[in-house]
Amino acid sequence: MTTATTPLRTGRVTQLRVLNSEWIKLRTLRSTFWSLFAAVVATMGLGMLFSWGFASRLSDHARPIEHAATMAVTVPLRPYVIAQLAVGVLGVMVITGEYSTGMIRATLSAVPGRLPVLWAKAVVFSVVVLVLMEIVSFVTFLGGEAILSSQHVQATLSSPQALRIVAGVGFYLTVVGLLGTALGAIIRSTAGAIAALFGILLVLPVLGEVLNLTSWGRHITPYLPSNAGGDLLTNAPEPGSLGPWTGFGVFVLYTAIAMAVAAYLLKRRDA
Amino acid sequence: MIEAKALTKRYGDKIAVNDLSFTVKPGVVTGFLGPNGAGKSTTMRMILGLDRPTSGSVTVNGRPYAGHAAPLHEVGALLEAKAIHTGRTAYNHLLALAATTGIPRGRVDEVIDLVGLRDVARKRVGGFSLGMGQRLGIASALLGDPRTLILDEPVNGLDPEGILWIRNLLKDLAAEGRAVFVSSHLMSEMALTAEHLIVIGRGKLIADTSVTEFIERASAGRVKVRSPQAARLRDLLAGPDVTVADIAEGTLLVSGLTSDQIGMIAGDNGVTLFELAPQQASLEEAFMELTGESVEYRAPARTAERSAA
Repeated sequence: MTTATTPLRTGRVTQLRVLNSEWIKLRTLRSTFWSLFAAVVATMGLGMLFSWGFASRLSDHARPIEHAATMAVTVPLRPYVIAQLAVGVLGVMVITGEYSTGMIRATLSAVPGRLPVLWAKAVVFSVVVLVLMEIVSFVTFLGGEAILSSQHVQATLSSPQALRIVAGVGFYLTVVGLLGTALGAIIRSTAGAIAALFGILLVLPVLGEVLNLTSWGRHITPYLPSNAGGDLLTNAPEPGSLGPWTGFGVFVLYTAIAMAVAAYLLKRRDA
Repeated sequence: MIEAKALTKRYGDKIAVNDLSFTVKPGVVTGFLGPNGAGKSTTMRMILGLDRPTSGSVTVNGRPYAGHAAPLHEVGALLEAKAIHTGRTAYNHLLALAATTGIPRGRVDEVIDLVGLRDVARKRVGGFSLGMGQRLGIASALLGDPRTLILDEPVNGLDPEGILWIRNLLKDLAAEGRAVFVSSHLMSEMALTAEHLIVIGRGKLIADTSVTEFIERASAGRVKVRSPQAARLRDLLAGPDVTVADIAEGTLLVSGLTSDQIGMIAGDNGVTLFELAPQQASLEEAFMELTGESVEYRAPARTAERSAA
């Protein structure tokens, strides 16, 4: 018997249903669990390690650290730089995993409008990463500051700029992942998209340091994606930087442009 | 029901599908036959809206595929083997697809039983054999209980038991009034499953006919004649629409005359015949005959061995 015995409501494809489908897809892959696990362990583990190292350095009263109170806010959260690798890879794989396995053809024939798939992937991924990494960020901050309290330099959430930075880690990582998803949809290969993402996040800032040596380059470096995005997470900005929310806004804008290009190509190209 | 009109797909200078028009009717299994690289998969992807035709159009159940609000209920498709994420279990794969149109979990269990994957439904697809992958692909195609089925090389990788199963499944699906469109490069498989054939080579339509007609047409009017006076007979048979070939010492292959006519001519002229046999082309021969000029990739002919054979 091939005919359905379970009555099938002739269901239309809706954005909500595609969201549900993408949620099922995200939670039923082990790679999702492992990437997020890596992001959590890197942030918390290294955050504690950095805080402990900073505390023991502070205990050397013969060599006092300038701006110790300012640094105390950001030290526990510094590992976001490592966590962004795991979150970025997951963001890329959310889409390239479908291209590398051929799954994309099943997905796009179930949802021929195509764009709902990209939006659903972006939304599901954002919600999961944002909620998880906000929790991780607050826990890491509080844990790190507890370690620093041994040296009486600990910050609290009411310290200047602290709340913005702690909450900002979740925002920043979410946008990094979304940039990965957009690049994944544009490049359609895991290796290529990961290389592009980390080229943008890790290699461009190095080039930026070279640019800083020239007078005109100094006006460009603050606009490099990771510099702009990183403004949200610092309380000791580089001279000439864009400021926390403007900088982060520029980073979001780059990601939005990448996502728009991804949407255009997804709609237009053969699957 | 699938209707293709002047469907054309170009990749750069290369034409994958060239001005292809055909109709796949409900209630029968229609075989889509052609050598590898003939454009079968490209055509199927265009039907499903995955590839955009360079020109021409194709509709499924009266509308372009993307125009259907609930595509899984209209068309079920098995594209190449394992268009499935290898990291997910079979059950979760089907569940994610089902969710797009709100198909309930119960139907997922149903199709899993239908294709016989119950025991491995909770295992990850990466460990599946080609045959299990095909069964899962068929389960996805049946998920929405669609009126039209499109299956690209479904017997690939199946064992004899699986091939028999799919043959019967396709016939049953057609008997329930569905349009079933199945591609293959194996003529013999199509002869056992399909009633109607659409044959393409190098992206062009070669034949759109019933299986019976297809074989008759390809083997039409060839007669093998063996005679000790072959040379004399050859001259006697010569005529405007007649071709005679020497296929071996004292053996002729005649087309353009029936065996009755040849027997008469021989009798009237006192030519002795040892053998007079109308040739029934095998399906493979019929297929080769029609697509011979349009094979995309071919090994250089091994003439010596062929003539010895």
